[in-house]
Amino acid sequence: MINQAQIEIMLVASLVAAACALPGVFLVLRRVALMSDAISHTVLFGIVIGFLFVRDIHSPWLILFAAAAGVLTVSLTELLLRTRRMGEDAAIGLVFPALFSIAVIIITRDFSSIHIDTDAVLLGELAFAPFNRAVFLGANLPKGVWIMGAILLINLVLLILFYKELKLATFDSALAAALGFSPALIHYGLMASVSVTAVGAFDHVGSILVIALMIAPSAAAYLLTDRLSRMLVISVVIAVASAIGGYYAARLLNVNISGAMASITGVFFVAALIFAPERGLLARAIQRRRRSLRFAEEMLLVHLNRHENTADAATENTLHHLVDELNWTPTFAQSTVQRASQHGFLQRQNGSLNLTDSGRQVAQRALSR
Amino acid sequence: MIKDKDLTQTPIAVEDLTVAYRDEPVLWDVDVTVPEGTLMAIVGPNGAGKSTLIKTILGLMKPSAGRVLVYGKPYPQQRHLVAYVPQRGSVDWDFPTNALDVVIMGRYGHLGWIRRPGSSDRALALESLRKVGMEAFAERQISQLSGGQQQRVFLARALVQNAQIYLMDEPFQGVDATTEKAIIDVLRTLKSEGRTVVVVHHDLETVPEYFDHVLLLNVRAIASGEVSTTFTPENLRLAYGGRMDLLLDGARR
Repeated sequence: MINQAQIEIMLVASLVAAACALPGVFLVLRRVALMSDAISHTVLFGIVIGFLFVRDIHSPWLILFAAAAGVLTVSLTELLLRTRRMGEDAAIGLVFPALFSIAVIIITRDFSSIHIDTDAVLLGELAFAPFNRAVFLGANLPKGVWIMGAILLINLVLLILFYKELKLATFDSALAAALGFSPALIHYGLMASVSVTAVGAFDHVGSILVIALMIAPSAAAYLLTDRLSRMLVISVVIAVASAIGGYYAARLLNVNISGAMASITGVFFVAALIFAPERGLLARAIQRRRRSLRFAEEMLLVHLNRHENTADAATENTLHHLVDELNWTPTFAQSTVQRASQHGFLQRQNGSLNLTDSGRQVAQRALSR
Repeated sequence: MIKDKDLTQTPIAVEDLTVAYRDEPVLWDVDVTVPEGTLMAIVGPNGAGKSTLIKTILGLMKPSAGRVLVYGKPYPQQRHLVAYVPQRGSVDWDFPTNALDVVIMGRYGHLGWIRRPGSSDRALALESLRKVGMEAFAERQISQLSGGQQQRVFLARALVQNAQIYLMDEPFQGVDATTEKAIIDVLRTLKSEGRTVVVVHHDLETVPEYFDHVLLLNVRAIASGEVSTTFTPENLRLAYGGRMDLLLDGARR
């Protein structure tokens, strides 16, 4: 049986998962997934700086400072990019450790007495979620439910309001700019929402799971559909399924909950990578095989067509000769001839291969391509 | 220099325009006027600043000096009058969407922030796809379209903007014969409707056939005007330098 605390942990985890998956889709599509890694670390810098001002670790103002830190991360990265001395990967790799380490230095120097735990930053501790409660609108629920519920709601409302703008700026930022939808504004807005989500989420699940939830479900969904709206829905479904599946996996194996959830997002991604109906590795391999078989058939028909009605047709157009001429193995030649005759493209007569009318058409079409 | 009252009648007036990456000028003191209702080709060697000129007209790049006026006003006040066909390679065709949806994006400028496209936008987009012979592909995922079909989707997206001025960046680049014909049909229709079209073009041979005006560009504006008087071997040699003899041989063939 599952008790209330377990349900509450799964609820918090699911809210985190859904809230991360929504902006994650756009990070993946914009090919800036690494930015979620950076931001989920640099929000700590925002929180630490914010704490220097407000001196209250539970102040909601800290979320604004965290959002500002996310935006700062993006602008510092772009500043470095503009020097044209490095690529985006190097720029991100320079900015976020710098901000993160400043935050860690300030914490260890000045705040050793208060609770900003650097371990919790990486891993979080979902198991404690039910102990930290708040009453709101008469309901007594874990604080995480309220905070992540609010962040999910904000992300959802922003997405619904600016769906069209996000889509356009992500697909074709030049057209977005030309039509007067500032792509920079949209970009920074998205990054601010990533930051707010990250700061709300990492308190509960740690920054590793934040990154996993933003990227893996979206990357899996990208393989499974070719509609943006469906990609968003699938991404949320995979994220929530990972949260719940990860919780049970953690109980079963007696391991850290966040770690188990992050692993499950990876399992979903690998499954999608292999089994996705059109873009999966398996489907691709099957398509490639089918194409090469069809091409072999065409080569055979073209060859027969060329030697048809010539003096040497009797010797050229035999199965035996194909092995020499086309440099095929006997089994491959045999099976290709078999397929072509099953498709009605040729007929076998006393060891010689004769094209049918439809076989001749296929050969001529292949040549005129 | 044109008098100011004429500028409101002039689709595009580029005045003393200099655009630079850092201190490297890509366009150097360019003056060009695009008269109403013309089909103008922009030609010039690689790195001549052709795309940069289009992007600067659209406000996508900031000039270091000079200005661009669209019917006498800066571009931001005239967005609704201008449609843009970017280079096909400028976007990620693996984006999860279909052809119709891309064309509907051309309506976003008319909708403004937040408002969603409705059934009338959808109908206009389908109509545009029909004009470029792509209505059968409306629901097709864009990565499954051929290069030429993708180019026609971009063209349809510009048509649905129902603009006065069309700026196209190398629409003929690497397209099939069907697409080339579709683009030419669209250009002629636009001209017959009195609209103005400016096209970055690579193929010198087809300039006299497709266009009535030409701008020869090589960082500086070498010459601009009617094809019959401007598209001369002397001007081409000025624009292309030593490489021109080779190109002229090609053109004579």
